[in-house]
Amino acid sequence: MNLKISALEFIEEAKNGNISVEEFVSATLERINSVDDKLHAFLSVNDNALDQARNIDKKIKSGEKVGDCFGMPISIKDNMCIKDTKTTCASKMLENFVAPYDATVISKLKKQDAIFIGKVNMDEFAMGLTTEFSAFGPSKNPWNIEHVPGGSSGGSAVSVSSYECIASLGSDTGGSVRNPASFCSTVGYKPTYGLISRYGLISYANSIEQIGPLTRTVKDTAFMLNLIAGVDPNDNTTVNNNNEDYLENIDSGIEGKKIGIITEMIGDGIDPEVMTATKEAISKLEGLGAICEEVSLEMVKYSVAAYYTITATEAGSNLARYDNLRYGYEMPVEGYEFNSYISKARKNFGPEVTRRMIIGGFVPSAGHAGKYFLKAMKVKSKLTKEINEAFKKFDLLIAPTVPILPFKIGEKIDDPVSLFLVDINTVTANLTGKPAISIPFKIVNGLPIGIQLMANSMNDKMLLQAAHALEKTVTLPEIPI
Amino acid sequence: MTKIGLEIHCQLTNLESKLFCSCKANYREFEPNENICPVCAGMPGSLPRLNQEAVKKATMISMALNCSTPEKIAFFRKNYFYPDLPKNFQITQLNIYGDTSVGGSGTISVGDKKIRITRIQLEEDPGRLIYEGSSSKNQITLVDYNRAGTPLVEIVTEPDFETPKEVRDFLNILSDLLKNLGVADPSLEGAMRADANVSTRGGNKVEIKNIGSFHDLEKAAHFEITRQESLHDRDIPIAQETRHWDDRRKITVSSRSKEEDLDYRYFLEGDIPWVKINPEIKTELKSKMPESISSKKERYVTKYQIPEQVADVLSSDKFYSDLFEESHSETNAKEVANIITTELMGLEDTREKREASKLTASHLKDLADAIQTGKVSRNSSKNALHEILKTGKSVSQIISELDLGNVSDESELLKIIDQVISNESEAVEQAKSNPQTINYLVGKVMQATKGKADPTSTLNLLKKQIGI
Repeated sequence: MNLKISALEFIEEAKNGNISVEEFVSATLERINSVDDKLHAFLSVNDNALDQARNIDKKIKSGEKVGDCFGMPISIKDNMCIKDTKTTCASKMLENFVAPYDATVISKLKKQDAIFIGKVNMDEFAMGLTTEFSAFGPSKNPWNIEHVPGGSSGGSAVSVSSYECIASLGSDTGGSVRNPASFCSTVGYKPTYGLISRYGLISYANSIEQIGPLTRTVKDTAFMLNLIAGVDPNDNTTVNNNNEDYLENIDSGIEGKKIGIITEMIGDGIDPEVMTATKEAISKLEGLGAICEEVSLEMVKYSVAAYYTITATEAGSNLARYDNLRYGYEMPVEGYEFNSYISKARKNFGPEVTRRMIIGGFVPSAGHAGKYFLKAMKVKSKLTKEINEAFKKFDLLIAPTVPILPFKIGEKIDDPVSLFLVDINTVTANLTGKPAISIPFKIVNGLPIGIQLMANSMNDKMLLQAAHALEKTVTLPEIPI
Repeated sequence: MTKIGLEIHCQLTNLESKLFCSCKANYREFEPNENICPVCAGMPGSLPRLNQEAVKKATMISMALNCSTPEKIAFFRKNYFYPDLPKNFQITQLNIYGDTSVGGSGTISVGDKKIRITRIQLEEDPGRLIYEGSSSKNQITLVDYNRAGTPLVEIVTEPDFETPKEVRDFLNILSDLLKNLGVADPSLEGAMRADANVSTRGGNKVEIKNIGSFHDLEKAAHFEITRQESLHDRDIPIAQETRHWDDRRKITVSSRSKEEDLDYRYFLEGDIPWVKINPEIKTELKSKMPESISSKKERYVTKYQIPEQVADVLSSDKFYSDLFEESHSETNAKEVANIITTELMGLEDTREKREASKLTASHLKDLADAIQTGKVSRNSSKNALHEILKTGKSVSQIISELDLGNVSDESELLKIIDQVISNESEAVEQAKSNPQTINYLVGKVMQATKGKADPTSTLNLLKKQIGI
């Protein structure tokens, strides 16, 4: 069974009866069995996957109406609720939390006969960019298992790139989809803020994060977007996309498009290999008829500081509910006054979450908000103004997704400040609400480099067209696992 | 000088659903923790879904209290840990980053005084804590989240009250106003709660929290003023502090100082986008807004010549003024108003009695008409009203069944009058010398007819028979 096919290829084959969904899912489970000990992408695997596959096969055979996914195995980052399924956020705090409802993206995909093959690893509560902060151990980069797969949606990227599923849903608060996509060589997409419902996504920094697909191809991302985008009455921040078909005209190309190269994202600290790859990408785009020139976004240099201030503030509030009173883990309440109970119960958060909780308690507090939180909000609004100005001149903006190559596990874990800088090229899209995509571009010394394109809000379709054009110029070697 | 400021929390009890989900706003009928869903229970991943109707109702209250209403409103998070708070933050409103709460400054007249409203905000109610167990050692705390997420309007006043009586008058007016708007029933248990700030002789401000009813609010203010005055008398300084109202002992008790310095780390609630309140919406709300109590009163006085005092009582009670509107006609308005204010309100003085009553608007109309056409005397109408409340039978049926019909036949009345005259010869003589005492004889006739005789014709016939 060829597990390397794209989502659209799978659907074509399954629809025509060329492959049995059961066999495909069974082979996928075998693949997980054989490689996941090494990679640790999965936190839990769906026990009913084979039954579900058999049911879909039956429907296909009997000519019954089958949903658009035709039993395609998808992995789900473990911060999205699937009813009656453990949803841990890779945290001891939610180790035994069984979600009582389906996230909107989940119910939409269920209706389309997707099979959720398992829940995948992440940095605890999505805070991190290496998956090393998972309470259940790090995931490994399938290109070189000594290296980090990126994060926080590391499990998603690993599972897609190593053929343990066809596609995955991750979430992107500051690059958490694009960063691991770049490190593992998959497509990773963060849509315009509000395009995909967050209902059922466990919040980290709700004002800037989005669910996004990780797939083998840009077309697969467009296909996924068709299924999960749009207004949701359960999420007041969703926007109307008029049922846009993102696959339609995906081959439009980028001739005549103006592309800005963000100066601040190719400056100090960039790895020379990444710089070279970026230049290659630019010349390929020019070869396709795009017009590229440099553009400066001065606020980018403050963006990471602003990002961590805002996300810590929101996280401090979003994670306050984990007091172990209504759900969580076993810890008897007898003999505690509630404040002391909560303090003790919350010691189950891991170090990175704890660090951000402490920052989140400080930066928006009465005496310090002016110096930190409100200043960060000012940077956010200035950066938005600046990028909106840039989009008056340019259709797209380009930069490497991450300025450096995937590093070794443990290499930066004790140096949170240098880790933070890995976010420099991705947080802008979150702070400004713009759509951004990471496209696999090159493998250097066995390690992937991704290129990021950004577009203006609600220009997701044009962004996918451009990404598809760039993707078509790229041929990559086989993954060694 | 005493200064009192209030923060009043009023549930929008007439709404169908909670502020951010579709659970019932009326949580009172449920078993503990049965009126909850992932949203109001604060389950991971759930998001608030703003009840637009609540925004409209809160805006309506703001307009009725003459408050400014902004073009856009925003919600904020108030962060603190408490077991009754499912998310450990409360979604509320705030005006420190610009006027973004449903209502800005306004005023309300209380007697001759104008009380300034600082702001009005829309927010979610927390759950309820129930303490069980006798001693503090084996005390357990139970949490019921049924109430969590109920829409709440907080009305904040400037410290414009000088006496507990002013507070009471204000609360009565406010309570009538909310009922009249059809947004809330303040008499429901827990529907109205308040905090009060009290300072005396220009001293420190003391905040009293946890006052569970309007009745207790006046008492709490009274207690606190007395407490502060007695400290002043003994030259003991008054600490700026938060005190709790102990509704069992009816006193204020100092809270642990820990609670005072909470830093709520307010910031914008990103899950609820800013809500535009267009001029069109405001115009629509204005047109839908029920007639104000004062304009109702004026209409009753000028249109129907209802006495000012009666009009005052009638217009300030939403239930009875609605009943009045439904039952009166051009001709019987005064009579209907009279029956309601002098009889009915007394007979239905509790919610239970009102709910048990079988009276409808058409009963009231028929009864007023019967009085006006002389089918029943005003006196006997009281008995009829009693019977209507109990049985719900029609007015005509009751009049005939209870034999309440007027003695309208003059010859029959004359017979009775002659009887009275012959029995009461002494009183007849007295009446001849002092006509004022004739009322005694009228009374006797009424007694003999069980109140069915028309007093005016009785008087006239009596005079004629005695010859005065």
